[in-house]
Amino acid sequence: MSVDWSWIGDHTDELTSLTLSHLQAALSAVFFGVLISLPLAVIAHRFRPLRGFLLGISNVLFTIPSIAIFVLLLPVSGLTRTTTVIGLTVYTLVVLLRNTVEGLDSVPAKTKEAAKAMGTRPLRTLLTVEFPLALPVIMAGVRIATVMSISLVSVATYIGDGGLGQLFTDGFQRNFPTPVIVGVVLTILLAVVADALLVALQYVLTPWRRRRA
Amino acid sequence: MIQFDAVHKRFPNGTTAVHDLTLEMPEGGVTVLVGTSGCGKTTTLRMINRMVEPTSGTIRVGGRDVTRQDAAELRRSIGYVIQQAGLFPHRTVLDNIATVPLLLGWNRKKARARAAELLQTVGLAADAGRRYPHQLSGGQQQRVGVARALAADPPVLLMDEPFGAVDPVVRAQLQDELLRLQKELSKTIVFVTHDIDEAVRLGDQIAVFRTGGHLVQCASPAELLARPADDFVADFLGAERGLKLLSLKTLADVPYGPAPEGGAWTLVLGEGNRPLHWASKETEIPLRPLKDTDSLLAALDESVASPTGLVARVDADGVLTGVTSRDDIHEHAGAAHSEARVAA
Repeated sequence: MSVDWSWIGDHTDELTSLTLSHLQAALSAVFFGVLISLPLAVIAHRFRPLRGFLLGISNVLFTIPSIAIFVLLLPVSGLTRTTTVIGLTVYTLVVLLRNTVEGLDSVPAKTKEAAKAMGTRPLRTLLTVEFPLALPVIMAGVRIATVMSISLVSVATYIGDGGLGQLFTDGFQRNFPTPVIVGVVLTILLAVVADALLVALQYVLTPWRRRRA
Repeated sequence: MIQFDAVHKRFPNGTTAVHDLTLEMPEGGVTVLVGTSGCGKTTTLRMINRMVEPTSGTIRVGGRDVTRQDAAELRRSIGYVIQQAGLFPHRTVLDNIATVPLLLGWNRKKARARAAELLQTVGLAADAGRRYPHQLSGGQQQRVGVARALAADPPVLLMDEPFGAVDPVVRAQLQDELLRLQKELSKTIVFVTHDIDEAVRLGDQIAVFRTGGHLVQCASPAELLARPADDFVADFLGAERGLKLLSLKTLADVPYGPAPEGGAWTLVLGEGNRPLHWASKETEIPLRPLKDTDSLLAALDESVASPTGLVARVDADGVLTGVTSRDDIHEHAGAAHSEARVAA
């Protein structure tokens, strides 16, 4: 199986746009996943009876096969990028929700108590004490969700989207391995780079965790 | 001044934490709440800043009923120090101290400047301000906790077993520091501890609680030690109740005379007439010279350990002023007790 380098040279524009499209789909999914998870996690954290219910739903959604999700969404949003992003977002919820709830749970009761006793109101405590302290656990979820989404985008090829996934169908149909190999390499690169950037972001956001005594 | 008037606290599970408490905590004084665990002392403290709401009765701080004020604003007006400091691990020491000023809407620069000033007040180096709590020792964290409580200069300070988690040497330092600060600041302090020695050391008045949330006795340390209200209080004060009273009296009134010469033991002086040890032909016994500000208890301790029964007295610079006999110390110890009984 040899790589046809000239094919790569002839298709740089297409490869660039597919890569960006791929990345945009994955990052949108993580963005909306975080947006949905944060409030739901706060509810699950504060109201114990709802926790099992919310986490249960996110688990059930995760078990739906990915192709089935896109098919189910077709009547709603058709063969569009929206369908891709909604489908991927659903999958991110299982890790994002669980990790955000666990992150909030991990904030020491003593610290929340101190915030209250100093006269901090609940919303400010949530934003300035609980979320920052939950951040490492939340970020662990964001990293998994990001890598997972980047690898899942290709599935959306079935509905005509799929970013780099289109290279796979192209390669298979023509029995021409180069696009497949290039697609796999670019997907892995995207995942590795995105993960490294998230690690760097977490480092910047959590200065108190740097020089552990 | 903090006033409890017929305050009752029953928790939803049916246990009574505080039973019909009427108590005054005087302005500018330290009131220590002591008792066995589960006696309601911490609940009492926490009702002052509404971390716990009373079931009935009223609590007034500076004449104002606490339940009629916004809870968050009330808490900002009352300093609060908890065990193991309860610092925010994600904020620098400086930002921890600045917590309440920032909540009160001070600008960041002014709040940080105030925090830096307090760092010095509680005896921490300026460069500690940029660190995070986990980079400090337990004792240093506790100092930061005190600084944080003082940041907005509240008239009232609540301290819930603040020194419970540090070793005895550091605890004694922190106690000294608190007494020094209190001399300067004259806050109305409510201090919870289960350590009776700490209570005697810090309290202007001590309130002893019994299981079930009953206040058994509230009195000055000397009065409490001399005249415990009942067996429960006497037991709580412990076996060395008589000696503990001596820790409250200083040596200032106890006379001294010249050091004896020509006996079996000689008081050996070092450079600048500083006492070093007792020496006989065969051996040397170490000694601890005492200042006027040291307690009668320390003097008694030193006199029984001294081979001559004599205690070396020094001035503030450590220069020998004379010696005091065991008999003189005994006499003053006895007098301290009869004085306390009469006062009570």
